[in-house]
Amino acid sequence: MAQLTISPTPGGAGDGGGRRGIRRLIGPIAQAQGLPKWLLWSGVILTALFVIMAVFAPLIAPYDFAQYQAHGHTFPKQGAPGAGHIWGTTVMQFDVFSRVVYGARTALEVMILAVIFSLVIGVPLGLLSGYFGGWLDRVLVLIMDALFAFPYLLLAIVAAFLLSGILGGGVVTAALAITVVYIPQYFRVVRNSTLSAREATYVEAARAIGAKPGTIITKYLFSNVVQSVPVIATLNAADAISTLAGLGFLGYGIQPTDAAEWGYDLQRAIDDAGAGIWWTGIYPGIAIVLAVTALTLVGEGLNDVYNPTLRRRRIGKVILPPRALEQPIETKGDA
Amino acid sequence: MAKKTGSLRRYFITRILLVIPMVWILLTMVFLLMRVAPGDPVSAAMGGKLSAADLAARKHALGLDKPLIVQYLEYLRDVVTLNFGTTLTDNRSVRSIIIDNGGATLSLSVCALIVALGIGLPLGLFGGRVRDRVPDVVIRLFGIVTYAAPVFFTGLIFQIIFSKNLNILPSSGQASAIVQATVPTRTHILLLDAALTGDPYSFWDCVQHLLMPSITLGLLICGVFIRLVRVNVVQALQGDYIEAARARGIPERRVVNRHAFRNALVPVITVMGLQVALLLGGSVLTEQTFNWPGLGTQLITYMNGRDYNAVQGIITVFALVVVVISMIIDFVNALIDPRVRY
Repeated sequence: MAQLTISPTPGGAGDGGGRRGIRRLIGPIAQAQGLPKWLLWSGVILTALFVIMAVFAPLIAPYDFAQYQAHGHTFPKQGAPGAGHIWGTTVMQFDVFSRVVYGARTALEVMILAVIFSLVIGVPLGLLSGYFGGWLDRVLVLIMDALFAFPYLLLAIVAAFLLSGILGGGVVTAALAITVVYIPQYFRVVRNSTLSAREATYVEAARAIGAKPGTIITKYLFSNVVQSVPVIATLNAADAISTLAGLGFLGYGIQPTDAAEWGYDLQRAIDDAGAGIWWTGIYPGIAIVLAVTALTLVGEGLNDVYNPTLRRRRIGKVILPPRALEQPIETKGDA
Repeated sequence: MAKKTGSLRRYFITRILLVIPMVWILLTMVFLLMRVAPGDPVSAAMGGKLSAADLAARKHALGLDKPLIVQYLEYLRDVVTLNFGTTLTDNRSVRSIIIDNGGATLSLSVCALIVALGIGLPLGLFGGRVRDRVPDVVIRLFGIVTYAAPVFFTGLIFQIIFSKNLNILPSSGQASAIVQATVPTRTHILLLDAALTGDPYSFWDCVQHLLMPSITLGLLICGVFIRLVRVNVVQALQGDYIEAARARGIPERRVVNRHAFRNALVPVITVMGLQVALLLGGSVLTEQTFNWPGLGTQLITYMNGRDYNAVQGIITVFALVVVVISMIIDFVNALIDPRVRY
């Protein structure tokens, strides 16, 4: 078996356990250096802060996201930042800081759901389409290309508009609307890498020893093909947050009383801006920018690390063991 | 030579033939999507405003009581004859909406694209050249942040700074009321109409109104160009021909500008086609932010009125625009780069 799974890439796949797969995912990250490493880590730290804010929202936020009074006092309407409300209050008398913190929670929920939905649908479709080919492949490619060509925000808006009629406006509706947009991306990437992996020697070998298509797909192709997914998944997660905000801004996101949502808050803030009230819009806006930037940095960092055409590995001087009559040869340079 | 033009013609013909199934699938998707929604369009838009008998009469007039397959075929036939239907809420033909409001979206999109290219190409080229040094980091971060910032947030900041605090640019609309009332409609593109009147005040007023929305939308898209040009310049600079050019002693500036940048531009043209989708999506948000009377604003208005017919018509037009533009971009690409036509 071990002799049969010779693959063109070193450390090639399919031969085994998860540990090796994990090492292949982690390895390049540990080897990254310079700018990619710096970008990646600043993204990771910002993302971690965002996740912490989302998870511990009730502990961090002084008030609930739809709370307009406390201790018998009603909050001021569009109150300026100051004691009591460090980032002021909105036109609906909500505390801006609390809404921004709870908004992280909504964004995280929608983002995770959207990424999971599109992974669960997009990856298997791409694998099947790439491995079996034929009419299934052709039909799927046409549909996905059509979906991909369509303006994604418009698609999400239309999907949210139609879904809100069936499911009502909520986290799941928003996540599904975003999912529709991202399935084609996973499909394309997974299908393309399946197409090339299908011809690899180790797959041929597996087929020769009589492995069934199911086995080949799950054991041999999946672990190879799935490598390209983390980069798209993080970049899509970033896009999911801005798409959610866009939907919220247009009023097709999440109902304001169900959850705090940055895009909706910004929509309400546009009217405030004319009156010189800046705090209702600036803070949720900065939250969106930071969250999306953080995830994009992670995605771009991963791309720099994984993409061999962009990668610059840490390569120290390699000193070959001295041979009898020769000087040590020094090698250096970029990969 | 004859063979070359032959292959180019064959490429064009195959590309045009490929558009047909693409358009057909898009149209089918639009049709199906609109039928997934619960209830029928007439009740959704007019429910409560008309009596049951009137509703049935309206449905009959629109052919909504026919079998789905008949409706589908009629929809396809209408689209082929460029008839995109009539709105339910105010009985306008979708074609007249396109004519009246398309110009606003067109001028916004074109100006935004110019802004995006004007910022994106030089920054991307420079970033790719000084790869991984401080200016590159700053440029990359700029690209990421402008892409991360939603247009309505960038727009809001601009409105606060330039309209509220500095009071030098109008915060919304396509032109002042007086200009809109006095400029005669000829091309349906207000900027051109204002220019045609020869009145500098009207023209300047339109330019002022156009400035903030197009910069806002352009900034969103320039990040994509920065990223793309940078990556392609980086990859092009690793090419053997660059090494060869350097070895021949060609000055570095010329190597970068003539050898690397030109080759890095080809994918930019391809992606420009894809950006049309981003532009149209972004223009919906930009129009909403700046109260810009374009197609996006119309779409949202009709959505809020639950006018399925209008939504279906406008979406159909958007889909056709995307397909046609991506086809044109492919043609341009094939003309520029012989490697594309195979």
